[in-house]
Amino acid sequence: MLNRYPLWKNLLILLLLALGLLYAAPNLYPDDYAIQLSGTREAYQVDEPLLERISTVLEREGISNKGTELENGSGLVRFADGESQLRAKAAIAGLLGDQYVVAMNLAPTTPDWLSNLGAGPMKLGLDLRGGVHFLLEVDTVQAVAQRLDVYVSEIKTKLRQDKLRYRLVDHRSDGSLEVKFADEATRDEAHSLLRKDYPEFLLSDETVDGAFFVVISLTEQTVRDIEDYAVKQNLTTLRNRVNELGVAEPLVQRQGRNRIVVQLPGVQDAAAAKRIIGKTANLEFRLEATPQASAGTSETYEFRSQPGRNATIERDIIITGSSVANAQAAFDENGQPQVSITLDAKGGQMMGRVTRNAIQRRMAVLFVEYKSRTLTETVDGVVQERRIPYVEKKIISLATIQSVLGSQFRITGLESATESSELALLLRAGALAAPIYFVEERSIGPSLGAENIELGVMSVKIGFALVLIFMVLYYRVFGMLANIALTLNLVLLVAVMSLLSATLTLPGIAGIVLTVGMAVDANVLIFSRIREELKNGVPGQSAINAGFGRAFTTILDANVTTLIAALILFAMGTGPVKGFAVTLSVGIVTSMFTAIVVTRALVNLTYGGRKLNRLAL
Amino acid sequence: MAKQNKIINFMGLGKIAFVLSALLLLISLGSLATQGLKFGLDFTGGSLVEVGYEQDADLGKIRQLLAEAGYEDVTVQNFGAATDVLIRMGETHDPKLGDTVLATLQAGESQKLELRRNEYVGAQVGEELREQGGLGMLMALFMIMVYIAFRFQFKFSVGSVLALAHDVIITLGFFSVLGIEFDLTVLAAVLAVIGYSLNDTIVVFDRIRENFRLLRKEDSVEVINISLTQTLSRTLMTSFTTLLVVLALAIFGGETIHGFALALLVGIVVGTYSSIYVAANVMLLLGVSRDDLIPPPKEDDVVDELP
Repeated sequence: MLNRYPLWKNLLILLLLALGLLYAAPNLYPDDYAIQLSGTREAYQVDEPLLERISTVLEREGISNKGTELENGSGLVRFADGESQLRAKAAIAGLLGDQYVVAMNLAPTTPDWLSNLGAGPMKLGLDLRGGVHFLLEVDTVQAVAQRLDVYVSEIKTKLRQDKLRYRLVDHRSDGSLEVKFADEATRDEAHSLLRKDYPEFLLSDETVDGAFFVVISLTEQTVRDIEDYAVKQNLTTLRNRVNELGVAEPLVQRQGRNRIVVQLPGVQDAAAAKRIIGKTANLEFRLEATPQASAGTSETYEFRSQPGRNATIERDIIITGSSVANAQAAFDENGQPQVSITLDAKGGQMMGRVTRNAIQRRMAVLFVEYKSRTLTETVDGVVQERRIPYVEKKIISLATIQSVLGSQFRITGLESATESSELALLLRAGALAAPIYFVEERSIGPSLGAENIELGVMSVKIGFALVLIFMVLYYRVFGMLANIALTLNLVLLVAVMSLLSATLTLPGIAGIVLTVGMAVDANVLIFSRIREELKNGVPGQSAINAGFGRAFTTILDANVTTLIAALILFAMGTGPVKGFAVTLSVGIVTSMFTAIVVTRALVNLTYGGRKLNRLAL
Repeated sequence: MAKQNKIINFMGLGKIAFVLSALLLLISLGSLATQGLKFGLDFTGGSLVEVGYEQDADLGKIRQLLAEAGYEDVTVQNFGAATDVLIRMGETHDPKLGDTVLATLQAGESQKLELRRNEYVGAQVGEELREQGGLGMLMALFMIMVYIAFRFQFKFSVGSVLALAHDVIITLGFFSVLGIEFDLTVLAAVLAVIGYSLNDTIVVFDRIRENFRLLRKEDSVEVINISLTQTLSRTLMTSFTTLLVVLALAIFGGETIHGFALALLVGIVVGTYSSIYVAANVMLLLGVSRDDLIPPPKEDDVVDELP
């Protein structure tokens, strides 16, 4: 029978459309203005009593809220409007002080039954929703310097192991290392040993005033690898930290060789976000210095938790926090807090080598923070701003080594459970492989986003309505059917975007406009073909069939070409280009489905399987 | 099957269209070469000044004060709180800029203002984006050419890509000539223009391919004229409906997407024109003929029904 779809096909279409409606539905619920609370350290948890205190304060200030929520140690307070949110933020921040992060955010209001089905609203990009954008630069010079530090201690251990007496292993000002020997034979032996064990080294010999040197520099490839590793490691760490912020759709992305972009849509509180992201820290494991150690080989540091208490530890670093693969807080047999640590292979080797000769000595874990202050100074009458980086190192723990340590060991001798869980957290997520600095910081106000989207959506609605009216005027019943398909296309597009949790941006709206244009075009192509057939005297049913059939290749060619372009732009593009490509690729697929299949089903239901005297076209 | 429709002699105007296109391209390229595009803050970077107010700040008034003081391309936004204001401007950075801006704002204000931040936003981000975006675009063009060469024929792929380049250059030229700011939203619109123009061109090509196989005529000009006549109502209809949406965006969309709508508007008009004249003209210049599209051994059944 001409122009009839079998029942299963109609049911399948119906099912797809129903799913589309379901998953597009969350977008009908607008976000709440909210304030998000989280502790700056493990020790400060957000709990019920705290939320009650907040409620009391808000009540006293006369700020009404839409309820509080508690989840995974962080809290959320919802408000009806932006103004209450701003006022409440000041009040809550005043109450809680520095121990908690009070961040302004937007919270979804999707009903539970919908979120249980995995449905959620479409994410809006920075340009539409407002939020913060940071550009961070990884200090790769520091990363290389840190690795050289590690090499210094590795080389010392290795030479000692092979009983090659060296006088000095030190940095040179040009970024290379020098190893000094008393005689040529030892130097040559050391040279061949190092060449065998470290293919990444470029070695050269020098003889100056009766002292024999091996000069070590790194191959270009190694330097690049170290830099690359540092950026990737920092990327992971930053992701962990951003996740702690609980932002809906964060973007943490590498840009160029040593930069990282962090975008937090919906976060209105740039300062709070910056504080968490910018916490740059690393760890160093070092041995405590023996009492007879000279000042040249040891340094004195203060304990982090006990100001005034000091310990003297060796200059040589065994490993840094970047060698830690995993860390877990736990209790030992006697109920004392401890941290179980798993190192990567290389870190495990180093740890074993060093601790073999250091049983019963104590090992310190140093917390290293890279900070910078901006100094404004006047040079030759011109005011200049300079960023001065400095390093702050403090001892977290000092524990006795009981046996040779491998890639798995425990740190004991910690003061409290709080300390152990905090240390584990820092080891897992806290360590940056190299310091980072903020290059750029942009904040987009939410009010601007709201205005943008309101006007944009309104104008798209008006334009869409005009198209619908025109289609009916021009194609009558067929136009009406196309309009239904067109509307369903938008619903499906929104549903797929929501399901993929893709982010809608302003360029994304450009993609939607183009998609609507192409969906209309597909129907126009089909209808003008049918008209042509009718004009050539082909009877109604055959004209419909031929119209759909002949327009199909055209629509396919046009859409596949555009889809290719969209997919490549998606793969290669960044930011706005990507946003455009996402909506366009999704839109092409949904519009082909609705313009061809759904329209056909509707036409079949209206005209199919009966004798046609005339077509309203 | 005799066509009732009169075949419009599109290609009769081919020479005029050729001259018109060449002229528009020359103007556009000339303008792009001499005065370039006026890139917005998104691309160029600029200065950031953050000012703290004691009471909630009136953003409209700040915009007005800055405009009166002669600052151009200024964006004023709330930053973190209603009392904190972030001002972005295209000025090249001058360490005193923060102080002069503060003085300007203080003059119109009774409450005490505080300068929180005064820094330069690098343009490098824009450059990186431009490079990557450019590479992606070239890659996309290449893949499109491959697909069209595969589905149609090589001459078609040259025609479509040249038509695409034609539309993009003239759209960019429009922005360059009138000195309208080119920001990220305009970039998005240009991408949409590419998609639209491509769609339009392929639809026309499809009909040309079909007619070459169907009509068994040797005269390429005539085949193209017939094809263009047959697709004309569809071309106008689609352009018209898309223009409806874009016009709504231009009229009601507000200041921020004005550039976006404008670029789409120009792009659609140029794209519609180019799908009729440029792509077909290029193919005629390349000497397209029926032999380029030797029918595949197995014809569509629709084709078989015809006498």
